[in-house]
Amino acid sequence: MSTVVTPPPIHVPTESRATEPAPLRAKRKRPSRFVLPVYTALLMLYLVSPILMMILYGFNDIPGERQTPRFWGFTLDWYRNVFSDPSLNQAVRNSVMIAIVAAAIATPLGTTLGLALGRYGFRGKAAVSFLIFMGIAIPEIVLGSSLLSMYVQIRTGLGIHTILLSHIAFNTPFVAVVVRARVQGMDRALEDAAQDLFASPLMAFYKVTLPIILPGIVSGFMLAFVLSLDDFVITNFVSGQVQTFPIWVYGATKVGLPPLVNVFGTLLFAAGLLLALLSAVSQRKEAT
Amino acid sequence: MATTVVGSRRRTRPHGIEARRRRVAYGLLTPGGLWLGIFFLVPVVIMAYTSLKSGGVLSGGFTFSWEFENYVTALSSRQEYFLRSLVYAATTTIGTVALAYPAAYWIAFRGGRWKPTLLFMILLPYFVSFVIRTVQWKFILADNGVLLGTLKDIGVMPDDFKVLSTWMGVIGGLVYNYLPFAALPLYVALERIDESLIEGAYDLYAKPVQAFTKVIFPLSMPGVFAATLLTFVPATGDYVEAEILGGPTTKMIGNIIQDEYLVQARYPVAAALAMVLMFGMVILTSLYAKFIGTEDETLAAARL
Repeated sequence: MSTVVTPPPIHVPTESRATEPAPLRAKRKRPSRFVLPVYTALLMLYLVSPILMMILYGFNDIPGERQTPRFWGFTLDWYRNVFSDPSLNQAVRNSVMIAIVAAAIATPLGTTLGLALGRYGFRGKAAVSFLIFMGIAIPEIVLGSSLLSMYVQIRTGLGIHTILLSHIAFNTPFVAVVVRARVQGMDRALEDAAQDLFASPLMAFYKVTLPIILPGIVSGFMLAFVLSLDDFVITNFVSGQVQTFPIWVYGATKVGLPPLVNVFGTLLFAAGLLLALLSAVSQRKEAT
Repeated sequence: MATTVVGSRRRTRPHGIEARRRRVAYGLLTPGGLWLGIFFLVPVVIMAYTSLKSGGVLSGGFTFSWEFENYVTALSSRQEYFLRSLVYAATTTIGTVALAYPAAYWIAFRGGRWKPTLLFMILLPYFVSFVIRTVQWKFILADNGVLLGTLKDIGVMPDDFKVLSTWMGVIGGLVYNYLPFAALPLYVALERIDESLIEGAYDLYAKPVQAFTKVIFPLSMPGVFAATLLTFVPATGDYVEAEILGGPTTKMIGNIIQDEYLVQARYPVAAALAMVLMFGMVILTSLYAKFIGTEDETLAAARL
């Protein structure tokens, strides 16, 4: 995200921050000093409120099959029968499968792009950077429209294949940006040192560069996976009759949402949270 | 943004290595570059081509005929939706930045050991599907639901008050969904501000308000710029909030494009609408970048 606009560097040395904690208004005791923290807490509550709603209403003991604004009581029935709707199962399976394949292909494509942009100067660099910027900044609906125009023009038919091709396309720039940031942050001297010690360029890459940029590649993969799993707009344009999880949910909103959607949403949320926490813990371990 | 260490070393290398490096660079570039070219540039060209076709699905398909009429149709009969999208997106942008700024400020300057947790909280919505998040607001904001029902019971609101199917529902949904997009760049920009500059302002007897308006806010402009772009551009084309939380009177241009493509299958007009949206966004953002960009340079100059 931060790559879209690079804030100008600030040319003032920052040591003063480290040497002594500045008093900077901190000593004053006024009730107004609670305003911002309370506000921040309220904003966080606002951000998580739909998530809490989703989790809570997965336990809603509604009289029928469709979710209501009212909470009728607590039940585990929806969790007991998670897999009772075959079309929903299929949609979730499609989503996960597409996300894995799209991320697995977008990761090497984006990684090589990120490497090329992060450490080489070459003719056409600005054009490639622009292409990547365009992929991130263009409104999704324009990308979806143009992809559908192309698939219609060349008569590919619509389905899993067009979803995959499109997902790889919109994921690749994100992977490239994440990897490029990591490459730019690394010290080239390490690689040069390896070559000075008679490592072949390929060996130096494999033994030195790759381990350093690996966290970038892993975050790129995860970002691609999540973006793909969650994508609605582009998928809606290029999916034809195939349903992914977001498409299924969108379709269900017209007739009423079964609480199973809350259950699947909650399970995916929990899985994502677990992965994020695990990666945070492993990164902390790596740091110490 | 860290700097690359390529520059000075490279020039001292022998020429053969230089050529090899270039080959490696292009080799790395080709697969991803080709993919992006095929799936970003070619589709836009084909969309432009489609937008100049005439005919219909039922009358034997579409043929290319330089049908500029499609653009006239797009611009004249769909004006209302373009205009509404721009107004909604602008309101959303102002709303998200105004809501996110104070929190980003507090996290950046006073967050302390809570910083990682709070930033993670801002990202938390992304762990739930965008469509599901939006649908949840439909239940929260239901006419007699948890929120409005309660407010009506205690008499704060008239009984016939509604948020769903009105502009409030749509903009509320847009603000919610784009808030993290605005909060993160704002946080990054504020976090980069050197606190000694703020101390300097106080040393020169600035009042807190002056310190904010003269030092902190100008220095956070890159963040405000990024936040507004990251909100405004996608919000203009969005149609999910308008579809789920809005009604017939709140349709945005995205709803129309989607409908023309996927329901009516009037591809030429649909393509013309999407082309207008795309060029409109390019023009608006480059004007905006030019306007803010020059201001940024004066700021940078003032800082030195």
